[in-house]
Amino acid sequence: MIRLKDVEMEYENGTAAIRGISLDIQDGEFVFLVGPSGSGKSTLIKLLTGEVVPSSGRIMVNGFAVSSITPRILPLMRRTLGIIFQDFRLIPKKTVYDNLDFVMRAVGAPNKEIRQRIPYVLDLVGLKKKADYYPTELSGGEQQRVAIARALVNNPDTIIADEPTGNLDPERSLELMDLLVRINALGTTVVVVTHEKELVNRFGKRVVTLEKGRVIRDQVGGYVGGRIHE
Amino acid sequence: MSNHRFGYFLREGLRNMFSHGFMSFAAIGVTVACLVIMGTFTLVAVNADAQLKDLESENEFLAFVDESLTRSEAEGLKAQIEAVPNVRSVRFITREAATSAFADQYPDEQMFQDLDPEIFRDRYAVHVEDLSQLNETVAAVSAIPGIGGYRADEEVAGGLLTVRNIATVVCLTLIAILFLVSIFIISNTIKLTTFDRREEIAIMRMVGATNGFIRWPFVYEGFMIGLLSAVIAFGLQWLLYAAVAKGVANSDTLKLIHVVDFTTFWKPVVAVFAGAGILIGVGGSLSAIRKFLQA
Repeated sequence: MIRLKDVEMEYENGTAAIRGISLDIQDGEFVFLVGPSGSGKSTLIKLLTGEVVPSSGRIMVNGFAVSSITPRILPLMRRTLGIIFQDFRLIPKKTVYDNLDFVMRAVGAPNKEIRQRIPYVLDLVGLKKKADYYPTELSGGEQQRVAIARALVNNPDTIIADEPTGNLDPERSLELMDLLVRINALGTTVVVVTHEKELVNRFGKRVVTLEKGRVIRDQVGGYVGGRIHE
Repeated sequence: MSNHRFGYFLREGLRNMFSHGFMSFAAIGVTVACLVIMGTFTLVAVNADAQLKDLESENEFLAFVDESLTRSEAEGLKAQIEAVPNVRSVRFITREAATSAFADQYPDEQMFQDLDPEIFRDRYAVHVEDLSQLNETVAAVSAIPGIGGYRADEEVAGGLLTVRNIATVVCLTLIAILFLVSIFIISNTIKLTTFDRREEIAIMRMVGATNGFIRWPFVYEGFMIGLLSAVIAFGLQWLLYAAVAKGVANSDTLKLIHVVDFTTFWKPVVAVFAGAGILIGVGGSLSAIRKFLQA
């Protein structure tokens, strides 16, 4: 689970990106994180992945105290997360299979498990036949599904998707969100950062709205309206 | 570490090497150049040292026997001179032999041709072991009763030693500088390829790869660049050495120099080249990726 307690984050240049956020995300939840640009969404993701440390307050992610984590432990915390980026961030010189392979090697997975897991995950995202393709030979939607497969391959507790549909057309965006919902149904916590209102409203999930570094709304339902989350 | 990881890192290292072909080529070229330059200086120094040893072995001084001694008494001094430390060999030269040798040196000077041997003295030609202790040896031999004087080319000996010492210092300094320069260049070359791969490294970090996991392929890459460079450098060095040796042997003026045969020291050359190449390669890799691994 993810827990933030009175988190504040001020960058070195004096920009206060997060001004006191307390938030709980339970295991198995599906949460949309929404808000205008500059509302602190990106900083919040960076705090969760340990890229930046909070100026004050405490952050727990899947049992790790991220706010005071050491460089040795940080990789272990990140292995509980599957991260999906807007620009996919696949390694262009590796095939789809190898993009997943190195992620499993990085956590020391044995060969046998790698050979079983990768086809399974590629099948899950519908790309089993494209294992030997290079990312540049795939469409944007396919690349993003590879990125999801990569996020899933080490069986993480939580998937964090930072604007995953930002580079996709509406139809692909919907497919992708469907995929994330299915993954969530298998038990993985999913946190999706987005600003696409229509997409959010279609799914009726919990929506946390940020503005100027604060949580201004936390409801189940749509972008606005719906009932307050308890 | 289990075997499959070794295989993986080796494969990744090789892949890195080939996918950045030009950079690898540049790194290998620089390492080969540095190794050959270092090797050439060292081999020149080895040969200079060998020449100096040759000259040293020819080094001798003359100890004159006092005229008051009889021939048999004079010959009896040999054992005493031989007992002096640092004396390698002693040769007795009679005054008659010295006279004719002197006359032979000046065949055109008529007035030297019929010199009376009485104006020469019996003498010993004394070979010394270590040139640097020449002064002490001369003093010890002169102190033997019956030795009436000496003639030694101390300046030549001293000059020879100075040359060798300067050669050694210059050689060691050059090697040290070249070694550091090579590491710097390799480090920068690999840094350029790392720069190219910083996105890849960022992704690795994001999925929870430890620094060790990220570092290993680079270490293998550096290792292979170093080893390959050492092999190429060794081949080039051998060819170069053989060519120079042949040139010296065929030259009228230089053929007096005895060039040490390459086969007598190829093993240490292989060992030093491999060691230095690997050290440069791995050291360069590690220093190049260090800054990318800081959180």
